[in-house]
Amino acid sequence: MSVTLDTAYELDPRVSLRAEPFGALAYHFGNRKLVFLRHPDVVAVVRDLAKYQTLADTLTAIGVHPDRWPSFVSAVDSLHSSDMIRVR
Amino acid sequence: MSANTLVAQLKQGLDAPICLTWEITYTCNLQCIHCLSSSGRRDPRELTTRQAKAVLDELRDLQVFYINIGGGEPMIRQDFFDILEHAEMNNIGVKFSTNGTYINAANARRLASMKYIDIQISLDGIDAATNDAVRGVGSYALARQAMDHLREANFGPFKISVVVNRHNVDQLDDFKALADSYGAQLRLTRLRPSGRGAVSWNDLHPTQVQQRQIYEWLINHGDTVLTGDSFFHLNALGQALPGLNMCGAGRVVCLIDPIGDVYACPFVIHDQFKAGSVHDLGGFTHVWRNSDLFLSLRQPDSAGACTTCGNYDSCQGGCMAAKFFTGLALDGPDPECVLGHGQQLLDLATVKLIPKPTMDHSRGVGLSTPRPISVR
Repeated sequence: MSVTLDTAYELDPRVSLRAEPFGALAYHFGNRKLVFLRHPDVVAVVRDLAKYQTLADTLTAIGVHPDRWPSFVSAVDSLHSSDMIRVR
Repeated sequence: MSANTLVAQLKQGLDAPICLTWEITYTCNLQCIHCLSSSGRRDPRELTTRQAKAVLDELRDLQVFYINIGGGEPMIRQDFFDILEHAEMNNIGVKFSTNGTYINAANARRLASMKYIDIQISLDGIDAATNDAVRGVGSYALARQAMDHLREANFGPFKISVVVNRHNVDQLDDFKALADSYGAQLRLTRLRPSGRGAVSWNDLHPTQVQQRQIYEWLINHGDTVLTGDSFFHLNALGQALPGLNMCGAGRVVCLIDPIGDVYACPFVIHDQFKAGSVHDLGGFTHVWRNSDLFLSLRQPDSAGACTTCGNYDSCQGGCMAAKFFTGLALDGPDPECVLGHGQQLLDLATVKLIPKPTMDHSRGVGLSTPRPISVR
């Protein structure tokens, strides 16, 4: 796992998000990958990554309980490994 | 959320399609015997350039990320590049399917200079004899020439798209090697009895033994080959093939035909599966979100006659279009059911009512009309 709580991330500028009842679809125009973001909270985190200093700050701002942070870190990690998000 | 929950949600439909096929013309220089859309002659009602651009504007507003453009032969339209450029300008990715005839050196360079463009060249045989028997004399050479032009123009990884049939099923390894030699990606899809495919189906569709051969090949090649999720009817043979294992018709995919009619999927150009038109009040968005047909396709499936078989969860009863155009019940087995349940029903039928496609733009006489009733 390469994603850490104290790093700053952002959505890759080539990625578009589209809200859906289950969360959102994320599409990368560069590598043409389509990813399902399957929880509204994950969508909120991804949308707001660039707004805060670190991933931990984003999770705090959105109100994700610290018990759930590990699952969010791993979700963000899988988005990072498919180039949907990047370090800023 | 587990994968199954995701599929359950996808089955209830999305606010906009994930992937939409738009056939922009019924005109084609070829007359493939399995053409899904019975293409050939131009339809005078074909969307104008202005109307086509308005469709793209609507898809942009719906945030449809990418579309599959097809036909007919889409490159025959005079405004083909206008349409591509309008899509690109609006951040809509395009993958288009072509027989390659019009990809000359200049067009290959132009295509290579565009962002967000993906090309899929159809090829149904590894040699001219196998390919041309299905796609017409000279079509193999045209497709290979297009591939050469794309390579010379440094287009990058295009796709070679093969409809698997009885006569090319032994060539899957060769297709893969050909794709690799171009740095291209191989795409295999299932033959459907749609359009002119209704007539050629009996001669072309893979045998039961070949179904297993396809399944095993796909299992062994996994994610290196694209399939458009079209082989999920084979899943009853063992572990599931990669993909969502569901019919996306009217749920995550649909078809806009050259005159603007909206169908549940590219394989069901028939009134029974027509949801509306882009010309309707409220446009495509209204059709996608509110048409009676699409709303009904988003209701839970009924396993129907497949209830008694333990494999419904793996194969989902197969493909709606394959059943419809072979005269089978939509809530029963697929004609290529790997357990033979579909073939059994076809064998038992004394009178088989085979629906005729609503649209037929075939050129010439005799190709176009499947007999409405065949008696076995």
